[in-house]
Amino acid sequence: MKTRAARTTSQSRRRFIVGSATVAGGGLALGLPFAFDAGSTSAAAAKTTPAVPEVNAWVVVMPDERCVIRIARSEMGQGTMTGLAQLVVEELECDWKKVGTEFPTPGESLARKRVWGEMGTGGSRGIRTSQDYVRKGGAAARMMLLQAAADQWKVPVGELTVSNGVITHSASKRTTTYGKVAPAAAKLSPPDPASIKLKDPKDWKIAGKPMKRLDTADKLNGRQVYAIDIKLPGMRCAAIKDCPVFGGKLVSFDESKIAGRAGSPRAVRVNDTTVAVVADTWWRAKTALDALPIVWDEGSGAAQSSATIAAHLKEGLAAPTAYPMRNEGDALKAIAGAAKKVEAEYSTPFLAHATMEPMNCTAKITAERAECWVATQNAEASMAALSEASGLPLEKCEVYKHLLGGGFGRRGGAQDYVRQAVAIAKQFPGVPIKMIWSREEDMAHDFYRPISQCRASAGLDEKGNLVGLHVRVSGQSINAFLNQAAAKDGRDDRQLQGYYEKPGDAQLGYTVPNLLIEYAMRNTHVPVGPWRGVNTNQNGVYMECFIDEVARAANADPVEFRRALMQKHPKHLAVLNAVAAKADWGKPLPAGVHRGVAQFMGYGSYSAAVAEVSVNDKGKLKVHRMVLGVDCGHAVNPDQIAAQVEGSVAYGLSATFYGECTVEKGRIAETNFHTYEILRLKDMPKVETVIVPSFDFWGGVGEPTICVVAPAVMNAITAATGKPVRNLPLKHLQMV
Amino acid sequence: MAKLNINGKVRDVEVEADTPLLWVIREQVGLTGTKYGCGVAQCGACSVHFNGEVVRSCAIPVGTVKATDRIVTIEGLSPTSSHPVQEAWLALDVPQCGYCQSGQIMAAAALLKKKPNPTDDDIDEAMSNICRCGTYQRIRAAVRMAAGARVAQASNASAPPKPESRGGRS
Repeated sequence: MKTRAARTTSQSRRRFIVGSATVAGGGLALGLPFAFDAGSTSAAAAKTTPAVPEVNAWVVVMPDERCVIRIARSEMGQGTMTGLAQLVVEELECDWKKVGTEFPTPGESLARKRVWGEMGTGGSRGIRTSQDYVRKGGAAARMMLLQAAADQWKVPVGELTVSNGVITHSASKRTTTYGKVAPAAAKLSPPDPASIKLKDPKDWKIAGKPMKRLDTADKLNGRQVYAIDIKLPGMRCAAIKDCPVFGGKLVSFDESKIAGRAGSPRAVRVNDTTVAVVADTWWRAKTALDALPIVWDEGSGAAQSSATIAAHLKEGLAAPTAYPMRNEGDALKAIAGAAKKVEAEYSTPFLAHATMEPMNCTAKITAERAECWVATQNAEASMAALSEASGLPLEKCEVYKHLLGGGFGRRGGAQDYVRQAVAIAKQFPGVPIKMIWSREEDMAHDFYRPISQCRASAGLDEKGNLVGLHVRVSGQSINAFLNQAAAKDGRDDRQLQGYYEKPGDAQLGYTVPNLLIEYAMRNTHVPVGPWRGVNTNQNGVYMECFIDEVARAANADPVEFRRALMQKHPKHLAVLNAVAAKADWGKPLPAGVHRGVAQFMGYGSYSAAVAEVSVNDKGKLKVHRMVLGVDCGHAVNPDQIAAQVEGSVAYGLSATFYGECTVEKGRIAETNFHTYEILRLKDMPKVETVIVPSFDFWGGVGEPTICVVAPAVMNAITAATGKPVRNLPLKHLQMV
Repeated sequence: MAKLNINGKVRDVEVEADTPLLWVIREQVGLTGTKYGCGVAQCGACSVHFNGEVVRSCAIPVGTVKATDRIVTIEGLSPTSSHPVQEAWLALDVPQCGYCQSGQIMAAAALLKKKPNPTDDDIDEAMSNICRCGTYQRIRAAVRMAAGARVAQASNASAPPKPESRGGRS
């Protein structure tokens, strides 16, 4: 750990935090549970406050025993902030009741040689890819605090014990506290990394326990300052309109038509496709933008529709060539020669993220400095976008990360909203510009979950054993849009997420003697990106609904049929078994209620679900209960894992019932929540979460379970109606 | 120019009459706990109390509001964040991202004022705000918990009922 050099910058850091919190309106803007100097009300006052030295990059101990844990990853509701703090505190051994958190900025991290490591928060990686170094950070801080006490008392450090931040030397009956020894500890050299021994998770007291979230209180009284709430002196607000047809261009706009309106609106070109109106308030900017005559060149995309896109994908299902990611044995021959053949085609639509907080970013640009205040899943990507769009080097840029009003993958790599805000703010040097998208703009310019179709075929022998399986997915590639190197020549494994042979990430849990899994890349003009669970969603539907169809053709129970295929995948199987047991699979249900099952893997974790549904004689579907199981290895906070599972059911059911972005004349037809419907409380089933403990690996939590929600429900509907369900969303399905 | 009674304080605001109450609360008055989510009265993130009833403030032109109308925002629900709904939300760790929760809490507080001991159907009907994180299961449990606390308070019972189990977490 390189904390020696790092510590010398702590004083400027303290000033920065208090200073910018003050500008942002009261210490809450940066997610700070308490200001470092609660009494100071201005940056000038803060400068006179003696700095509190950090013990190391992860831990600051205040004289009054409060401990501040630095959190590099973003918090968007998924609980990572609390989970990471638990892991640090477990090793640090301070008092959990006195723990707060703060976000280091990417500018500070850069200045300290990225001492906080990766800031990106996606792919359910927040905890699993930083757990080792944050725990070591907590342990190193504990060792330094104990050493400081040992030095003071002139006793061997091995004779000291610590609990809840109280250090005891039993032999001499002396005690002291972290707050008292922290200044001395901060002057010590960090321990040799090789000497840091982490606890056995079996001995955890804070980690692994259902601790309350650290960020709840301010979310209950309006005090939490999201990026959309920021207020800066002299700030003006911007509303924005991007060409509604993807790939179209902005031709012109007539600013004279909004002259004289309230709020002194100004219309500005943002880039080749986008216009903005800037006024004193957002509502005045938005209404002036609505009144602004705009001429678009809609381009060739205007000829596209959901029908043309569906035909394009359909062609891929039967095209002579596709990328064969897995080709084991000879699936086509085995199916052709099988006693019984099963075939089906499936489809899933484009989906919007529809975070509750619409996209927004506040930027302030001068010749010497570029700053932005933003909800981001990747503060370093935000800073890169800020630097690129402002033309200023990274050293002159800074990003102030706020708690996100939802992320779900929308606020990760793209950073389109940061570029737009900067492009506007550059035209008003020194004036902070808060750009907010309307909900309509948010629906029209997402990076949508990619659309795809699937054709699956299987062969059964005379005993009903699966002898061959062929799955071809045809659809749009996220990598082709965002990371072309990983989609070269259509060889894009990511679009087949969940079907991998390799263990550990998104492995298919079935062993089939003859297996062919292919991808036919068919891209469209619609921008696509990661959406909670990414391609495990579509691929989970295809595999798990088809396996159910194959089980029915074999006259087998869906759980028993899967078990037979899963004998070489004990972790997948253990989760399926746990869910089947909890859901009383095979036992009688009330009249009219039917079960469906699914299991799948993504983000290093194993998931399974059982849904209980009924369909009444009018075709009305009700999901009564869902039992979900997950094996994420180490379970850092069981209550927050349950919260993520519950949330994944709601997000997954919205998509299952209603979610669909249709394309008309090259643009997305759904404009707001009346046409892009979201699940509401009345349709939320009872969710029971089974955490299958294994504690021998680190898997993700935020995304893994969503992929089993839709197929479990679809399979239950089939059980209820006798008709296979193959297309989403269900709002188009005639149930009776 | 409008005269508004917000959280018990009467304020003059300089604004066009067709401006939605939501944006007046956020931009002219400066109370940002009330959130923008859709602008078309669909999501409920902008819910406030209007003469004791929960309303979606994005759909109310400020020009239709009288100085005698009592508006309460999330900031005015309780000076100490100790409304039974807020306490239940805290006890059950309801929020995830938290963005919709001001509206959810205002909807729940209005429901309990009208129906201190709501049925499941009452909760279904009253709690129609959108939460993208999907906190609905905990919202339902927290409304019941808050109702229990209020009933217990009213009858001077010594202990509030236990919160409903959240199911089979192992």
